[in-house]
Amino acid sequence: MSRLAGWLRALAIAGALLATACADRGDKPVELRFWLMGREAEVVSQLLPEFERRNPGIRVAIQQLPWTAAHEKLLTAFAGDALPDLCQLGNTWVPELAELGALEPLDSRVASSREIRRDDYFAGIWDTNRIDGVLRGIPWYVDTRLIYYRQDILAQAGFDHAPRSWDEWAREMRAVKAHVGPARYAILFPLNEFEPLLALSLQGDNTLLADGGRTADFHDPAFTRALAFYVDAFRNRWAPEMSNTQVSNVWTEFGRGFFSFYVSGPWNIAEFRKRLPPERQRDWMTAPLPGPHGPGASNAGGSSLVVIAGSRHKDAAWKLIEYLSQPAVQERFHALTGDLPPRRSTWALKSLVADPYASAFRDQLERVRPTPAVPEWERIANEMQLVAEQVVRGAIPIGEAPAELDRRVDAMLEKRRWMLDRKRP
Amino acid sequence: MNGRIAGWSFAAPALIVIGGFFLLPVAVAFALSFTDFDLYALASLDNLRFVGLRNYLELLKAPLFWQALGNTLYFVVLGVPLSIGLSLGAALLLNSPLARAQAFFRTALFAPVVTTLVAVAIVWRYLFHTRYGWVNQGLAALGIDPIDWLGDPHWSMPTIILLAVWKNFGYNMVILLAALQAIPRELYESARIDGAGTWQELVHVTLPSLGPVLSLVSILTMAGYFQLFAEPYVMTEGGPLRSTFSVLYFMFEQGFKWWNLGVASAIAFLLFALVLAASEALLRFARSRGMA
Repeated sequence: MSRLAGWLRALAIAGALLATACADRGDKPVELRFWLMGREAEVVSQLLPEFERRNPGIRVAIQQLPWTAAHEKLLTAFAGDALPDLCQLGNTWVPELAELGALEPLDSRVASSREIRRDDYFAGIWDTNRIDGVLRGIPWYVDTRLIYYRQDILAQAGFDHAPRSWDEWAREMRAVKAHVGPARYAILFPLNEFEPLLALSLQGDNTLLADGGRTADFHDPAFTRALAFYVDAFRNRWAPEMSNTQVSNVWTEFGRGFFSFYVSGPWNIAEFRKRLPPERQRDWMTAPLPGPHGPGASNAGGSSLVVIAGSRHKDAAWKLIEYLSQPAVQERFHALTGDLPPRRSTWALKSLVADPYASAFRDQLERVRPTPAVPEWERIANEMQLVAEQVVRGAIPIGEAPAELDRRVDAMLEKRRWMLDRKRP
Repeated sequence: MNGRIAGWSFAAPALIVIGGFFLLPVAVAFALSFTDFDLYALASLDNLRFVGLRNYLELLKAPLFWQALGNTLYFVVLGVPLSIGLSLGAALLLNSPLARAQAFFRTALFAPVVTTLVAVAIVWRYLFHTRYGWVNQGLAALGIDPIDWLGDPHWSMPTIILLAVWKNFGYNMVILLAALQAIPRELYESARIDGAGTWQELVHVTLPSLGPVLSLVSILTMAGYFQLFAEPYVMTEGGPLRSTFSVLYFMFEQGFKWWNLGVASAIAFLLFALVLAASEALLRFARSRGMA
């Protein structure tokens, strides 16, 4: 027994020595653990040598997570206390990890930073990182939805420009559908994707959730109007009742003219360039999302860079974030990925100004709106789409949809209400 | 006394592993199913509430749970007999003295079992594509209008059943083939001497001899089919209109997508009870027929 105690004591001393040794060795380079998702992880390694050259004391170790598994990996890592030093985070996940207490507040760092200036960022995208008034992340790239359209088919149907309002959009879709006939369609709204309907429903001063994210607010006229527009597209047979899995290949189908309008994000610029045949390249274009009465708003998606609260190298992590936020670095990043930069000064650089497909995004970014910053958001958006699908396929009358959605979402927010009420004195 | 200690110490490694990696997690999951463990509780255990039977009661009241259960039963009731029928048919054909290139066909029919489902799903999505799929083109040659296999809520589940049956029947086929080959030839000879035809041989010799194996295969297949998840996950994501949404899919969505582990555990135990009851019923039926 006493021998075991002796072993334990020796082990404890060795551990303590090791810990002090680690803390004392200032000359040893700091190894920053940096988690990224998808394609960004592959290209960011090309940006890092320059950073490591400028900061000899810091080494960056990258780990790539696939987007589909990233969410559960992050939560598992949080539960196991194994989060990295800094991380790329889809900005709808920021509220969730902030709620867990996993993210370092960044307000004071921004206030003293010469690199990151708040007013240079698009306001809508910056605000997605403010949770309960505290800044938890720095926007890295922006993802918003707007329309891709076939200029040639639109011209054949008698229109020389993209729609600017919903009325005009409806007229154009009607004309395109009449032109292409019963086997093809005017627009693709994949029934398993919530983003198009979400973008359409951000066209007012509605917030989708009311009372600080305590209750659902889908009975708001701005949402019911968006839902009606969405459902009308199916009722008029402008849009096929299809999910993405059925279309199989949206790029080929867009090239074949199966649909002429497609609401999607910036990554598809590169995809359409790559996948459409050369003779089709002059036929497609991007345009800002129309609103009910003029240029519309869209969602403020994208990824942020966050510092993990439990990290031991927060200063080094912040340095890397500052480096990745420099306009020149963002320009290279854009060239490598096609991801859209969140800063106006990056957009002023030549390669971005010269890109005809990107300019609609530049315009749209001035009108992006954040979605509610609650951890339940992803689930709520999914439920919204499930109800929309039920309306489109005739399982729920459209008049009952807002109340049904309110009921389901209110049930999801029950725990949140309980927690918020408990915090109040 | 010594023998007892020796016995336990031989069993101990296995028992510890079973206890640590099976019994304990099951007990924790059972406890979780009486709480509202979710993302907030992960942040701080102060946010954990004991809710008693609420998870179970809410589930039994939720239309989505009943829909998922209905879909799962649809899949089991249609899929299991189809799968076993096809396995038996294929095994009988392969075992027939008339069969040529037996080894080739045995491998070919077993191949789907060992093929990755995700790869299969991509091919099947194209086969059943409304406009380009070979299935619809074949139907068109017969003068049948195209069917929206994966997009029509009425056809999506039959398509999933077809996929699952095709993917899985080879496994049972191999087991049944082995059982067929173990039936003594004398039985057939004496049946033939007594003047039995092919059909009578099948009904009075082959099937009774296969009885125990058939009931085993049925129970295993049924328990497996109740856990429908991967096929709709890769083919339809549970859609359209949740028509291919299964109980296990519901559990996955609650547990791993939304992190509502309390509700997910409750679903797991409801499914467990269901599979247990169904297996027991099948076993009793088999016993009453003297098949097990």
